[in-house]
This record gives sequence, C-alpha cells and structure tokens, in this order.
Amino acid sequence: MKPLLTVSGLKTHFFTDEGVVRSVDGVSFIVSEGETIGIVGESGSGKSVTALSIMNLLPYKKGKIVEGDIMFQDQSLVGLKPKEMRAIRGNDIAMIFQEPMTSLNPGYTIGDQISEAIRLHKKVRRKEARKRSVDLLTEVGIPNAERMVDEYPHKLSGGMRQRVMIAMALACDPKLLIADEPTTALDVTIQAQILELIQKLKNDSNTSILMITHDLAVVSEVCDRVIVMYAGRVVEEASVKEIFESPSHPYTKGLIDSIPSIDVEVEWLKTIKGNVPIPSQMPTGCKFSPRCQYAMERCTKEEPELTRFESGQKSRCFLAKEVKDETTIIRSQELEVALSD
Amino acid sequence: MKRPLLEVKNLKLHYPIDKGFLEKEQNYVKAIDGVNFSLYENETFGLVGESGCGKSTTGKAIMKLIEPTDGEVIFQDRDISKFSRSEMRSVYKNIQLIFQDPFASLNPRKAVGKIIEEPLIVNSNLDSKARQERVNELLETVGLHAYHASRYPHEFSGGQRQRIGIARALALNPKIIIADEAVSALDVSIQSQVLNLLRKLQRELGLTYLFISHDLSVVKHISDKIGVMYLGKIIEQGTKDGVYTKPLHPYTKALLSASPAIKSENRKERIVLKGDMPSPMNPPTGCAFHPRCFAAKPECNKILPELRDVGDGHFVACHLYNE
Repeated sequence: MKPLLTVSGLKTHFFTDEGVVRSVDGVSFIVSEGETIGIVGESGSGKSVTALSIMNLLPYKKGKIVEGDIMFQDQSLVGLKPKEMRAIRGNDIAMIFQEPMTSLNPGYTIGDQISEAIRLHKKVRRKEARKRSVDLLTEVGIPNAERMVDEYPHKLSGGMRQRVMIAMALACDPKLLIADEPTTALDVTIQAQILELIQKLKNDSNTSILMITHDLAVVSEVCDRVIVMYAGRVVEEASVKEIFESPSHPYTKGLIDSIPSIDVEVEWLKTIKGNVPIPSQMPTGCKFSPRCQYAMERCTKEEPELTRFESGQKSRCFLAKEVKDETTIIRSQELEVALSD
Repeated sequence: MKRPLLEVKNLKLHYPIDKGFLEKEQNYVKAIDGVNFSLYENETFGLVGESGCGKSTTGKAIMKLIEPTDGEVIFQDRDISKFSRSEMRSVYKNIQLIFQDPFASLNPRKAVGKIIEEPLIVNSNLDSKARQERVNELLETVGLHAYHASRYPHEFSGGQRQRIGIARALALNPKIIIADEAVSALDVSIQSQVLNLLRKLQRELGLTYLFISHDLSVVKHISDKIGVMYLGKIIEQGTKDGVYTKPLHPYTKALLSASPAIKSENRKERIVLKGDMPSPMNPPTGCAFHPRCFAAKPECNKILPELRDVGDGHFVACHLYNE
C-alpha cells in the first residue's frame, strides 16, 4: 500500500510559564491509503496533540513543532503558510472532533455550515452546494435530510450532531479523516450507530482514517492497525490482532488487562500501579518504568528504542520479546479454557 | 428472607416545565417515574442506563439533594423522603455520595485534610485531635498517605482525587455509599485501581453500594444485582447473571450488544437501535421504548407494560413476556 501520511520524528512542545512541556516527543508512523489506524493512549499521552500537529491547529505561539516532519502525499505540512494549509485542511485532510455539542456554530443552519466547507474548496454554486449537503446528510443517516438541512444545531441530539460533523468532514471527499474521540461523548447505543457509520465509510470509500481514542474496545472494532502512546512516545505498534493477542509492551498489556470484561468474570481487576507522569516530573530512562512490573535497573537509566519484530509489530521495551512470548502463552491458555467451557 | 437495608418504593420526581401565558395545562418532565428497588446489606445494586434515563436523579432523590415528588425511601423503618433538612443530617451519617467529577467535587481552596475532616466536624463529637487521627487513618485506607493531608486538590491526579472523595464519604462510617459514575472520568488504568479499592472497602467495612453508571462492563464487574433504566423507569431488574446472560427486554439486549468489546470472536450479531432516546418532556405513549424497539407489537404503543416477575428474582417490563 502506498503511504499517504508519514510522520517522522515529530516533536511538538508547549512553551508554558512553568517550562517546556514535551507533549509529543519523537513520534513516527505511517498511514497508508485506505487504512484505518488507531492511536490509543490515556490522557496526557500526546495523542490529541499529534492530531493537532498534523492539522496545523496547535495553539498559536504556545505549541510548536520543534523537530520532525509530517509528509502528506509528497508535500511537507510542517512550516506551510496558513493559506497553503487552509487549502489542504477540510479538503484533503478533514477532522471530526470529540464534542459534537460545541464544534458546530449555533448561529447557522446545518446546511449553511456544510455548504461553507464545500464552497471553500470547490467552485460550485450555492444551490449545488446545498444539494450536495442534502446528499451528505442522507449518506450519514440523517432522516428527512431535505428538511433537516435548514435546521439549527440545537434541534439535534448528540448522535445526530456527530453525524452532521461527519457529513461536513466528508464534504470534499478527504483522503485522510482524523477522528479525535468521535464516540466518547455519546451513549453506547448511539456510539454503536456512529461506529457502524465509520465502518460503512471504511468499506465504501478509500478514505484513510486516523482514529484517536482512549477506548481499546472501539479500536478493536474499527481499526486495522494500532499505535499505543505513552508520555509523548509511541510504545507499541501492531496489527489489531497482534495487539490484543500478543501485546509486547508491558503498558499495552496492562491497559488491556485493566478493562473489566463483559464476558469474563474476575474477582480483582489487574491494575497498573501509580499514575500517568506529569510533564514536569518525567522519569528518566523508560517513561513507563516507575509503573512497570517488569522494570529492571537498566530501564531507569536508558530509554529503549522502538524495535521491530518480523511481523511488523514494534515495541519500545528491552523485554519486548519476553513480554510478547509470555502474553502469547497466557492468551492461548485463556482461549483453551474458553473453548473447553 | 433478608430484610432490605434501603427500600425505594415508587419514587417519582417530576419537574414542572415553565408554563406559557396562554397554556392551560401544567406540563412536567418526568425525570424519574415510579422507580422501585431494594438495597441489601453488603451487596451492590448497579443502576445502568444512557444519559437522560434518570439514573443520577434517582441517586440524588434518595439523598434528597433534589426533593422527590412522590414515593417512599425506607431506611431503618422510616421514610426518609419526608424528612426535614435537620432530620436528614442523621441520615447522611449512614448514606454518603461519591461524585463523578473528581475535579469539581473537591473545594480547591481547602487542604485535603480539611475536606475529609468536614463531615466529622458537622456530624460527630470527636475532638480536634481525634479527627486528625481519623483523617490520617482514612487517607491510609484509600491508599494515600498521612502527609497528603496538608496538600491541596490541584496537586493530585484524577485517580487520587477520586480516592480523596471516597475517603470523605467513608469518614462517618456510613452503611450505604451511592457512587454516581464514580469511575467514568478516569483513565482505564486508574479506573481499575479505584474499582478494586471500592471492592476491597466493601469486603472490609461491610458497605452497601448503589453503583450508578453508563458503563455496562464496569457495572457488571462491581454489582450483585442490576436495574436497567430507560426514560425514568426501571425496565429490567435482576441478578447480575440473570440480566447479563439472559437479558429479556429488547432494550437491555440492544444495550449489551452495542457495548464495544475487545474479544470479538464471541461477539453476537450487534443490534443497532434506530433513533435517539425520546425527550422525557414528551414521552411516547404505551411503552416508552416502542419507537426504537425491533420487536414492538401493536399493543406496545397503547399499553404501558408493568414491571413483572418472571422468576428467579428477574423482573421485566415488556409485553413480550405476558403469558
């Protein structure tokens, strides 16, 4: 597959009164054409800042890409003039935000807002743009699109607003769609509707999707490949199958194990001890070492590189192979138990 | 038969809607509309549902943080829903609340020790020294340290703040703790720590929980009995195994199948519901779920199904299960 977006060695830092916050510190990954990639991490892992860096939407003067490159097709997005970036944003790369309640303008009708996105990038008449808006709304499953196009956002529920956001993002047939926690603010039955819609989008078009979420279950349902971030770094990257069957980084493993399962009953949940480190108190060596059950003395001194397995799975851990082998054995035992029941 | 520790009987909370000048009838939003359940000692009752179903309002109405319109809340043989404010104080010794947002529920200008001490000042006769000791003991109980007492809430992470909230709730040795979305705002790795803490405290102190959450996996993990709410009513109720392995109500079925899960091999066909939850201002006639229901029958939009016993302590409000 041809790479569509290549992020290499990205470092995005924030310059605050309390000092420099290294939100994203050397992140590299590739999104290929037609691929759906999930970036998973807890709050403060730098997943959203990665997305904002790609979109060139970092807070003015505070956040800055200090190193690294973001290549979209054959063009570097770093250091583009605002006008050049505007031609790409919303056109080739579109984004869906977490809060459908606050990301629509309450003063304009839905149709106006979708048409605006279309007319910004394509030379079409107002009427055609409106017609396209109706088509888009129908496509994302809004009933009575013909009538709804003239409604204001407050008339819609959260799930419907998120559909409108998706319609707007799709307005110019983007090559890359960045979805930042698209279902986090929604109820489960509504989340299921939106995930179904994203699934459909994935099957019907060649749009690549970069899905940013804290929810591993959501990732397991829609993504092809997963990137796990911790404290501004990629700690593991693998196919969805591998990440859940044989995670090779202790953090990934801990994250998967700490979610209560609806199928399996346990007395006590597995936990990751401690808290996510705060930027001003970053540990030396491996950033996960203070919370890691496998940590050795070496881990507190030097930081491991992101090493690659034959299968393409990557892990930033000195014990990646051991962790992977161990989890493979445990998972296969679990599977046997489950099958014998 | 064990006697319930707390019984909620036909609890209702209706908010009047501002009446227009020319409108004759007063309309109401029926936030909760006839909820019944019982809490048994040392058990956890999980209340699940989507936003707007009335699960949090139920918790608040029991505590009388919002005055219920009708119904009874029986605690220690007395109906606390009719209690005055001063009478409620004695109840607060026994029933405490943990809130969802650990960032908003602690006073940022008070040291953690003072926050935890406050219920002791209001509701106990301990002297200052004894209170200090109790605060330190509570901090240790929830996995923090005595030296944290002099720090302020902003110095703590979300998970630690939730622990402080739990310590405050435990201060008066309550019998019942109402946990309203207590782990929803936390990251997964922290969420599991707090869930384990809640279970450990239940074992050690013999606590009874009313656990309110939208997260089905979390509720399953922590609860013994479960009530599923939809539009102000409990539509299915039973033991954890009953509700999760043999869900009866179409809404419960849809809710369970919609909940995303990692192990996708044993995923059943997903039921994706159409539409949104209707507005409680203008609920559908008959069964409130019928416009979204995949098994709706003609009578569903006319007759409201009652919550009925289908055996094994399992209750369901659905016309599909009428003989």
